[in-house]
Amino acid sequence: MGLTGIQIFKLLPKTNCGECGVPTCLAFAMNLAAGKAELDSCPYVSDEAREQLAEASAPPIRPVAIGAGTRALKVGGETVMFRHEKTFYNPTGLAAVIASDMDAGALDRKLKEWNALQFERVGLNLRPELVALKDVNGDASAFTAAAKKIAEESEFGLILMSDSLDALRQAIEASAFKKPLIYAATSDNAEEMGNLAKENGLPLVLKADGIEDLIALSDKLTAMGLKDLVLDSGAREPKQLFEDQVAIRRAALKAGNRSLGFPTIAFPCEMADNLDVETMIASMLIAKYAGIVVLSDFKGENLFPLLVERLNIFTDPQRPMTVTEGIYEIGGPDENSPVLVTTNFSLTYFIVSGEIEGSRVPSWLLIMDTEGLSVMTAWAAGKFSGDLVGAFVKKSGIADKVAHRKVIIPGYAAAISGEMEEELPDWEILIGPRDASLIPKYLKDLAK
Amino acid sequence: MAYEAPLEKYPVKIREVILGGGEKARKIGGENALPLHFFEGSLPNPPGLALEVLDTRPENWAPWILEPFEDVASDPMSWAKKCVEEFGAEILCLRLLSTDPAGKDASPGEAAKTVEQVVKAVDVPLVVLGTGDEEKDSQVLIEVARVCSGKNFLLGPVLKGNYQEIAQAALEHGHCIVAQASMDANLTKELNIALCKFFPPERIVVDPTSSALGYGMEYTFSIIESIKLFGLADRDNMMQMPVFADVGIECWRTKEAKESRDQGVLWEATTGITFLLAGANLLVLRHPEALRLIKKITTP
Repeated sequence: MGLTGIQIFKLLPKTNCGECGVPTCLAFAMNLAAGKAELDSCPYVSDEAREQLAEASAPPIRPVAIGAGTRALKVGGETVMFRHEKTFYNPTGLAAVIASDMDAGALDRKLKEWNALQFERVGLNLRPELVALKDVNGDASAFTAAAKKIAEESEFGLILMSDSLDALRQAIEASAFKKPLIYAATSDNAEEMGNLAKENGLPLVLKADGIEDLIALSDKLTAMGLKDLVLDSGAREPKQLFEDQVAIRRAALKAGNRSLGFPTIAFPCEMADNLDVETMIASMLIAKYAGIVVLSDFKGENLFPLLVERLNIFTDPQRPMTVTEGIYEIGGPDENSPVLVTTNFSLTYFIVSGEIEGSRVPSWLLIMDTEGLSVMTAWAAGKFSGDLVGAFVKKSGIADKVAHRKVIIPGYAAAISGEMEEELPDWEILIGPRDASLIPKYLKDLAK
Repeated sequence: MAYEAPLEKYPVKIREVILGGGEKARKIGGENALPLHFFEGSLPNPPGLALEVLDTRPENWAPWILEPFEDVASDPMSWAKKCVEEFGAEILCLRLLSTDPAGKDASPGEAAKTVEQVVKAVDVPLVVLGTGDEEKDSQVLIEVARVCSGKNFLLGPVLKGNYQEIAQAALEHGHCIVAQASMDANLTKELNIALCKFFPPERIVVDPTSSALGYGMEYTFSIIESIKLFGLADRDNMMQMPVFADVGIECWRTKEAKESRDQGVLWEATTGITFLLAGANLLVLRHPEALRLIKKITTP
């Protein structure tokens, strides 16, 4: 875990050659400690020092890569308990189960159906990443055929779930290029499973009976040289599972427990008898600490809320979300509909557009790029000044869409109206309310 | 080395607020641990889950959110009864939409009369909400407080611009209040400090304002979480009020909820669950199925 700058400095050559880009080794060490520099920038660091530093600076929760291609994902790598402390980095992977006895035609249809579950939102494509292929009858050839088909014919990554080493070995041979996650090493088969994962360079789930058992298992496999582990505490009841998620995350981050410094996997599919309840459990696990969540099925109505929750929870709170600059139509406006202008901070946009929609007055909403600042901040920073807003209204092309020449500005930016009039001599500048919640009343009064 | 579970114990707790009266009174808050952290503290009261009732027939609701209430939507008393008797609501939230100055603009007297009738029809605790118009809410909620004196409602939203009048009436007539400050933990604290100069802190519930999944949910989530951590980890006694989240109204105006019934229900339930995980103590929900789902996994 985090070394101090001084501790790092002791391991550096102390020549102050400056080739790393900063004048002294001490300054470089400070930058390394703050995460602002890469050790590779120093050409003279010894291998021994490199190893020590790498180990000491290893993240408290190891990031583990699963899958290959467009739906490859990385889980783990988290550094905080609460997203507002910094951010959560690697969104929870979403998986659903396919049983190995599904016939080829049904599997085809299933993959097609799941592949179509992609949702566009704020310029991103939201979709699940994984299929959990479950060996349900010990038929190694059926398991392998399904693994091969999923790996070759779909974009999905794989979790290969079987108790049979033989079935896993064959399935891995057919799908190793897709970097599947192997499920699972237990206290009964740890050595064989460990070797299988190690030989193939694949990530491995450890399934234990409680946290202490998990630590023993993790230590055993780490001693064998395995690094990419995923933890299943064995809990299949929401209360215990939640407790385990918190304990594992806390032990790794707060108590420096290396044995638990790995992402987790959880199985709502084994915890409920219908998909809606599974969805509820999954929504808890996305907010609190699961690396991968396995559902019994993907259905649009269930998956979409989870994908959006994941997007929201894993958004970096330090970087404001923005929406694209442009003209937004709300409620089917026409040439007589009012025109409003505001900033591109996503929350501003969501609140303002929500209120306009609620007013049921069809309107044109102009969103101006203020680098994600809200109205008051953007105005104070000079990014929502009269000349800039005026110029934006002009070039936005809204004049071609409406017959009138009136534009409504946010109440908090009332001071810019004079400057705007100069920039837009044909336009009347109207001052809207300060609080977005008063927009409906404002628009209704305006329409009278 | 033996494993020791890394527990976090706080020497303080969130205030317990009692809603309603009689046998059906409900307590919320009172916990000395983060939400669902049963393993390291005491969480004596499960989260309050209120179903919403409007005092006027809803307009422009998607068919699947109107459907459960279709037969009672024009009659708040029957609507309230149905929520309690058929959908198992243990708390109701009566929204006085009719008083909206931009809408029907019903008088404080008319609104209070409806509240009086609803309170006669059901015996569960009532949250009574105005429309967020500072001036009008002040008149309406004061009248409601007076007419239903002693009923221990949770009245809101109480804002920076009208907290004095409404809290004064709540104090005189024995009600609790929802102190609302928008999306900023510091503003929540400021309002609490101002209120506590004359109002008992154990009758305040705070509302940092809600948002729906996909529409700023993460802001609400993190502000609720920060408020709870200020209260418990930093022991700030002006941040130890239970947290309120008005979930249904936000979720059911999204286009995603209007696209299909199942998606709408899950949009609301997912938003609600995440707020509970952040630390909310009282949710206002709209769809009975969202209530059922959340109850199913939060009731121990």
